[in-house]
Amino acid sequence: MNAIRTPDEAIVALPARAWIVPVASTVAGSAVTALLPYVALSPSLPPFGLLMLLGWRLLRPELWRVWVALPLGLADDLLTGRPPGSAMTLWTLLFLMLDMVDSRFLWRDHWQDWLLAAVSIAFAIAGGWAIAAFQGGGGTIWVVMPQIVMTIFCFPLAERLCAALDRWRLR
Amino acid sequence: MAPPSHRRLGFSRRAQYGLFLGYVIAVAGVLCGIALIIMARFDPKGFTILRGAVLEITAPVADAGRAGVRSVRSANDAVYAYFRAGSQNAALTAELKTARAKLIQARAIARENARLKQLLRIADAPPAPIAVTRIIGSTGSNSQRLATLAAGSASGVHSGQPVRGAEGLIGRVTGVGLNFSYVLLITDSSSTTPIVLARSGIAALATGTGDGALELKTLIAGATPFRRGDLIVTSGAGGIYPPNIPVGVVISTGRDTAIARPLADPSRLDFAMVQPIWHVPAVKLSKPVPQPRTP
Repeated sequence: MNAIRTPDEAIVALPARAWIVPVASTVAGSAVTALLPYVALSPSLPPFGLLMLLGWRLLRPELWRVWVALPLGLADDLLTGRPPGSAMTLWTLLFLMLDMVDSRFLWRDHWQDWLLAAVSIAFAIAGGWAIAAFQGGGGTIWVVMPQIVMTIFCFPLAERLCAALDRWRLR
Repeated sequence: MAPPSHRRLGFSRRAQYGLFLGYVIAVAGVLCGIALIIMARFDPKGFTILRGAVLEITAPVADAGRAGVRSVRSANDAVYAYFRAGSQNAALTAELKTARAKLIQARAIARENARLKQLLRIADAPPAPIAVTRIIGSTGSNSQRLATLAAGSASGVHSGQPVRGAEGLIGRVTGVGLNFSYVLLITDSSSTTPIVLARSGIAALATGTGDGALELKTLIAGATPFRRGDLIVTSGAGGIYPPNIPVGVVISTGRDTAIARPLADPSRLDFAMVQPIWHVPAVKLSKPVPQPRTP
C-alpha cells in the first residue's frame, strides 16, 4: 500500500519508510537465529521471522498483497538454512488462508487474533517439520511440540513490537 | 458499527484486477515452492551455491558475537574454580598420582603396539586434517540440526567430509560456501553413524534423535549388548567416518536399543577439525592368503 486516504478524502502518498519497515523487520526476524552465536541441539528458538510476519499480517490486514509472502518466505529459507521452498510455500498458504478468514469474520479482537496466530504457527512449524521429514530428517513430531507452544506464547510480544514499529513508520 | 472490510476495493476495475492478479501470483508461487521442495528431495545438493552465498553474509556476524559468549563462559568457569580451589587441589593431586602410574603403563603399551604394527606391516598414519576451524553458530529455529563452521571451499572443505572436535565426532559437512560451511550434527535424525562398543567390539548403528541424543541399534537381534556408561567409537565401516573416533556414552538402555549422549558438545562453540573422507582400505587379492593345511 503506497497511499492512504485521510478523513477528508484526500489521498496521501506514504514515505518509503512506511513499506520498508514491515519488510525489513520480518527479514531481520528471520536473520536473528542465523546471527546468534549459539549452537542449538534441538529446535529451541521460536521462528522470529514467522512471528513478525503474522504480527504485521494480523495488525494490518491491508498492508500486504498475498504474493508478498513468497519473497519473504524465500528470504527466511535462505537465512535459516532450510531447503528453499519450505517457508515460501507455507507462508503463502498461510496468507491465502488468512484472507479467506478475513472475508468470513466481521468482528476481530485480540483473543481471536491470538487464536488465528496459534493455528497459523502450529501449521507453519508442523508443515516445516513435515517437509524436513519428507527430505529425510526432522525426527519425531514431539521434537517440535515445545517450539510450537513457545512460539504461540511469544506472539503477543511480536504483535506489540509490530504495533510500536507501526506507530513509528506512519509518524 | 462493524468495521469496513479491508479487502473491498470499491468499484475500481483496475484495483479488482490487481487483487486477482495477486492471488494468481501467490498460487503460482506455491506451486513453484512445492516443485522446489520436491527437487531438493531428489537433489539435496542443488542449492548449495545459493545457500553458501547467504551463509557468507550471516556467518561473519555470528562469528563476531561468538567472542562475547566465550568470554562470559570462561569468566564463569574462573569464578567457580576460585571458590573450589582447596577441594579441587586435593582431588587433582590424588588424580595426578594415579595418572602418573597409568602414563607409564600407557607408554609401554604404545611401544608394544608400534612393534606389533611393524611386524604386521600396517602403516597407520592418521590422516592430516583439511582444516582446523571454529564452530560459530547454528540454525536454532530449524528442525534440522545444522551448525556453521568458519571454513569453506577456500580452505579445501567439501560436502561429505567428517568433522570432529577434541572430545569426539561432531558430524559431517553438508553445505559449503567460500569461507563458511554447514555441518549436519550426528544428533540430527537424518544422520546415521556406524559405531562399535569400545568394551566388546560389537557393531551397531547410532541414529540422531533430533534433540541432542543418539539412539543405538544393534545389527543382530537379541539381548541388548549395551550397558550404562559404555563408550562408543566409530567403526569406519562403509567409509566417510574414520574408525576409532569417540562418539558418545550410553546413558540408558531399552529392550534392544539404547540412548547415548554425544561426547563432543558443539554448543560449547569450540574448535573443530575437518578431516578427509575415509575410504575403507581395499583388500589386496593378488596374493592368496595361505590356508592352514589339514593333515
